[in-house]
Amino acid sequence: MSGIPHDHYEPKSNLTKGIESRLPIISLLHTTLTAPTPKNLNWMWIWGIVLAFALVLQIVTGIVLAMHYTPQVDMAFQSVERIMRDVNGGMMIRYFHMNGASLFFFAVYVHIFRGLYYGSYKAPREITWIIGMLIYLLMMSAGFMGYVLPWGQMSFHGTAVITGLFGAIPFVGETLQTWILGAGAVGQPALNRFFSLHYLLPFIIAGLVIVHIWAFHHTGNNNPTGVEVRRGSVDEAKKDTLPFWPYFVIKDLFALAVILTIFMAVVGFMPNYLGDPVNYVPANPLVTPAHIVPEWYFLPFYAILRAFTADVWIVQIVNFISFGIIDAKFFGVIAMFGAIIVMALAPWLDTSSVRSGRFRPMFKWWFALLVLDFVVLLWVGARPTSFPYDWIALIASAYWFAYFLIILPLLGVIEKPLTPPATIEDDFNAHYGPKDGGTAATKAE
Amino acid sequence: MIRKLTLAAVLAVSATTAFAQVEAEIEDYDFSFEGPFGAFDQNQLQRGLQIYTESCAACHGLSQVSFRNLSDKGGPALPEEQMRAYAKEFEVYDQSLDDGMGDFRPATPADKFPGSSNSEIPDLSLMAKARAGFHGPYGTGLNQLFKGMGGPEYIASLVAGFEEPPECAPEDFSGNYNIAFPSGGYPEECISEDGEYLVPGSWIAMGQPLYGEDFDFSDGSPNDLKSEAEDVAAFLTWTAEPKLMARKQAGLTGVLFLSVLSVLLYLTNKRLWAPHKRKKED
Repeated sequence: MSGIPHDHYEPKSNLTKGIESRLPIISLLHTTLTAPTPKNLNWMWIWGIVLAFALVLQIVTGIVLAMHYTPQVDMAFQSVERIMRDVNGGMMIRYFHMNGASLFFFAVYVHIFRGLYYGSYKAPREITWIIGMLIYLLMMSAGFMGYVLPWGQMSFHGTAVITGLFGAIPFVGETLQTWILGAGAVGQPALNRFFSLHYLLPFIIAGLVIVHIWAFHHTGNNNPTGVEVRRGSVDEAKKDTLPFWPYFVIKDLFALAVILTIFMAVVGFMPNYLGDPVNYVPANPLVTPAHIVPEWYFLPFYAILRAFTADVWIVQIVNFISFGIIDAKFFGVIAMFGAIIVMALAPWLDTSSVRSGRFRPMFKWWFALLVLDFVVLLWVGARPTSFPYDWIALIASAYWFAYFLIILPLLGVIEKPLTPPATIEDDFNAHYGPKDGGTAATKAE
Repeated sequence: MIRKLTLAAVLAVSATTAFAQVEAEIEDYDFSFEGPFGAFDQNQLQRGLQIYTESCAACHGLSQVSFRNLSDKGGPALPEEQMRAYAKEFEVYDQSLDDGMGDFRPATPADKFPGSSNSEIPDLSLMAKARAGFHGPYGTGLNQLFKGMGGPEYIASLVAGFEEPPECAPEDFSGNYNIAFPSGGYPEECISEDGEYLVPGSWIAMGQPLYGEDFDFSDGSPNDLKSEAEDVAAFLTWTAEPKLMARKQAGLTGVLFLSVLSVLLYLTNKRLWAPHKRKKED
């Protein structure tokens, strides 16, 4: 919190002085709640609260579900059905948990794209960004392992496919896959350890979330202009900011209430809409479902995984120069993890001197195309791999890499950015400012 | 702007797509339990139970459902005496009988329905959730979202979907032709040279279970084939989601309370920020 100048907590009573001298917990709470926050934050800055809520929701509902769940291959499916039918409130808790995962991933994707548009990843917030990416990776593992637990058809065969990815790694793959599964195939050891890890990972995520918040409290929030808060003095900083409590807490809670209204409608009226019906069939190793499709939130990266088949020239070239070590399957695995790695490297790939996309006329369009690209990948990930979907997936995957590896570095050189406002105060006043301010008073930002 | 672009892209793709897969014909039934205010029709569930008992139960199990559930509120809600009498009609295997040797005895309300008569025959308890009606068009799920087409539609369409086999099929092709069944056998003779499937549906192992006018319902409801199919599909929706009505109730209450909370927080937020925004500053 040393970044932005602000008022510090001074204990007054003997009690608070006593506590502060032993453990400065009151000043920690005070600094957190009074954190100077850019007053021009728009509605894209509410997703952090939604994510914090989703994490707590998943942990609380998950702990209750674990009280009734049995991680045993012959009983797992039955125990979930028992939760749905005979445990008091079990049906709602389970549907909250199931759809809570979707809420979590929806929010994280908007949160990530907000960061990409407003340049929140750029210096000095690279560490916040990297920790965010780690959280996202852990979310994916937790989500995947959680999906295994109901032990339905898609749980079982999805696990076989995803752990099979590790098997594609040359030389060590098979050993690694066996080590992960605890056996040569998906079965009791896998179910049991995935249950254990599914319970553990959310708490590691919670720890990283604290570091994530710590990191951006140190640098201060980014904001839609990308202009830093003035740090000359406390008074100067106060012109650009408002304290987190009550201004942003209430604003965030309002947004959260709206999102939860929609969430409640999904849980109440269509709780199975986002899931695959096949997972209501108990796992059967002998019968493979016609289409193995992961949950929607994995689809964009699943599409990238499947896009690079053996007939793609770049796969053939890589296969040739690596003496066949990197085959199409391993290439797909590299591409899938690479898609997340290039995103994590965005702070160093973006060469522009201007932080916010709002002042980057060319970037705006490439970014819009990236969002569209993401939606296309999400859709094509659940389609068959036949023509024309194979081509759509390939082109969309190529754009994902091109955006980070070619467009972001080049734009910084060839684009002429607009001039951002000098201060956050100027930006805020242009929208809402004092009597003689601009005309854009009704704008939502 | 972005939404417009997405739509255009999807349309462009769909215009050039040739599908080389089985098309199943799923009819969109209007079930009483669709939509946020939908509720099970108790009489319909009882009719469905009758059809299940007298027709499906010969082969198919219902192993997730306990007999006592038949008396639950929001279900067929049989009177308790009737439910107990119904349970007694079934025999269950009890390991504790005959000095631990195990034996059969009449079922009690605490017992579950028997499973299927062999492992090849699917259990019907969760069928209404385990089958998607039609998650289209083009995998977007819009039909499911706006028309509420799901498992119940699939079951009703399947039960009423048996037809005379098309002419292209050889006479001795195994199975029964069903226009709603997507994943059964399919004679090569019915696939065109371009790999196009010429007739909808495929060949299912199950024989046609209902023909219409198979039952006389005590409530005088219509007993044509489609009505019977609809009744049994409604019953199987209940077996798959016995707490559907409680869930929708919770959903409505939740949405209502959260909407009010949203409005209150909106007003709070507006008032809180007003001094810092122009409107209240003069």
